[in-house]
Amino acid sequence: MSNPAQALPGRVPGSALRKLTSAEFKLFARERAGPIWGVAFPLLLLIIFGSIPGFRSPVSKALPGVSILDAYVPILIAFVLAMLALNVLPSVLAGYREKGILRRLATTPVGPGRVLAAQLAVSVGMTVVTLVLLLAVARVAYQVPLPRQAGGFALAALLAAAALLSIGLFIAAVASGGRMANAVGAIIFFPLMFFAGLWLPISSMPPVLQHISHATPLGAAAQALQDSWQGQWPHPLQLVTLAAYAVVFGVAAARLFRWE
Amino acid sequence: MPTVVDVQELHKSYGATVAVDDISLQVEQGEIFGILGPNGAGKTTTVECIEGLRTPDRGQISVLGLDPRRDRAELTQRLGVQLQDSQLPERLRVGEALELYSSFYRAPADWRKLMDVLGLADKRDSRFGKLSGGQRQRLSIALALVGSPRVAVLDELTTGLDPQARRDTWALIEDVRDRGVTILLVTHFMEEAERLCDRVALIDRGRVVATGSPSELVTGANAEQRLRFRPSVPMADELLTRLPEVTSLTRRGDTVVVTGNENVVNAVTSVLAAHRIVAQQLRVEQTSLEDAFVALTGHDHDTAR
Repeated sequence: MSNPAQALPGRVPGSALRKLTSAEFKLFARERAGPIWGVAFPLLLLIIFGSIPGFRSPVSKALPGVSILDAYVPILIAFVLAMLALNVLPSVLAGYREKGILRRLATTPVGPGRVLAAQLAVSVGMTVVTLVLLLAVARVAYQVPLPRQAGGFALAALLAAAALLSIGLFIAAVASGGRMANAVGAIIFFPLMFFAGLWLPISSMPPVLQHISHATPLGAAAQALQDSWQGQWPHPLQLVTLAAYAVVFGVAAARLFRWE
Repeated sequence: MPTVVDVQELHKSYGATVAVDDISLQVEQGEIFGILGPNGAGKTTTVECIEGLRTPDRGQISVLGLDPRRDRAELTQRLGVQLQDSQLPERLRVGEALELYSSFYRAPADWRKLMDVLGLADKRDSRFGKLSGGQRQRLSIALALVGSPRVAVLDELTTGLDPQARRDTWALIEDVRDRGVTILLVTHFMEEAERLCDRVALIDRGRVVATGSPSELVTGANAEQRLRFRPSVPMADELLTRLPEVTSLTRRGDTVVVTGNENVVNAVTSVLAAHRIVAQQLRVEQTSLEDAFVALTGHDHDTAR
């Protein structure tokens, strides 16, 4: 077209990924479910738990500096990871495939890599934001100390995010559509959160359940985060478990992913 | 005119179902080329192979000298695509979608001007989910053109549009062609192909039945002409049926319906004149692409699926 088709000079490389990521952030915010369940709800839980006086007394005589709330914050972090990676990411991607949005994108130069990168950027970005909010509110409002082993905490959080996002991508790859992905995400969410200690702390579980818990991605994540919180380097077994989940589900998702 | 899309002996099946049996076609630069046929004829599969979305089982495809599978990255820069039933995220706004898609291309069109040209300027801040069918279709055309492509493939452009929106869309596509974009149009509307296409390939059951301009196809099909009239005085059937140009004659009340070859109108009117019979309310039915299709395939357009 004579005027509209005239090329605009001065294209900046990488602007496609930037625009795509910013569009996905806007859509995430407009969808409401993600911000409510992945960001606001964990913060609300923190505020509720923090307002219960008993939660701020020490867990046991043996650990005088550690309150129940201190032990809960890592579980809330696991909750955020699971919410964004298992409930938001798969339903968005599988929904895009169902509606032909991925197929439409496949006919443009944007390429599959950028489409996935933008989705992961939203998940990782929102996880980081929520995590920082949780740490800040817990520290400022309820005097929960920051993780004492910061390096171990960062490594555990990174591996946990990788494991959960890989599982999320795997669900997106195998689910037939957005609703199916939603259902699968929700069904595995609750058992995984149970083993992360949301209802019953891992340390209070019977030994059998503790073993199972450490083998699940969120259980391993919660344990590794709790350990680093209290100043220990996370147990290598839990880090290896998380890495293994990331690799196995990541490879399976890449193999099984379909654009239509 | 150079050939911009060249398809040679394309074959594609899905399991036991043969979608495209043997299709060859050449689209020349600057034309609106129609791929016309009933639903299930293999039109969409053909263009999906051209777009590089599917891998042909056999045959060669070249688009602007590129191989749609091997040179995918380059092809997507130069080929604009409108897919049948593809959507956008519900909450993405019109302006955002155009700006986003324009960022994918090396040398995009000015998306704001495109938005004006397609009459979407007042919908800039509307969400995709809130658009009407016609508005979605126009946005979809805008997105196909936002990369300033040399060739645009438009699949079932006007399906689901009301007659007015359909005519507006046709005018728009002619405009785009006049500005130098080659257009490959997939349609099952005979009327659309007749109105819009410079040349068409008639496709039936995975094969090309005929290629040419709509008028060439109509003439080449040797389809029958039909005329109907009311004779001013009673007349015998034999007067007309003995003419070599006439193939049949039927009466419906006062009205006589005569069919025959392309010279039937001349033959009938001169015989009537010689017998001083006036053909009242004379109507000659134009042979359409629809008739040509039936003549070429031996079955009805609608029953071909």
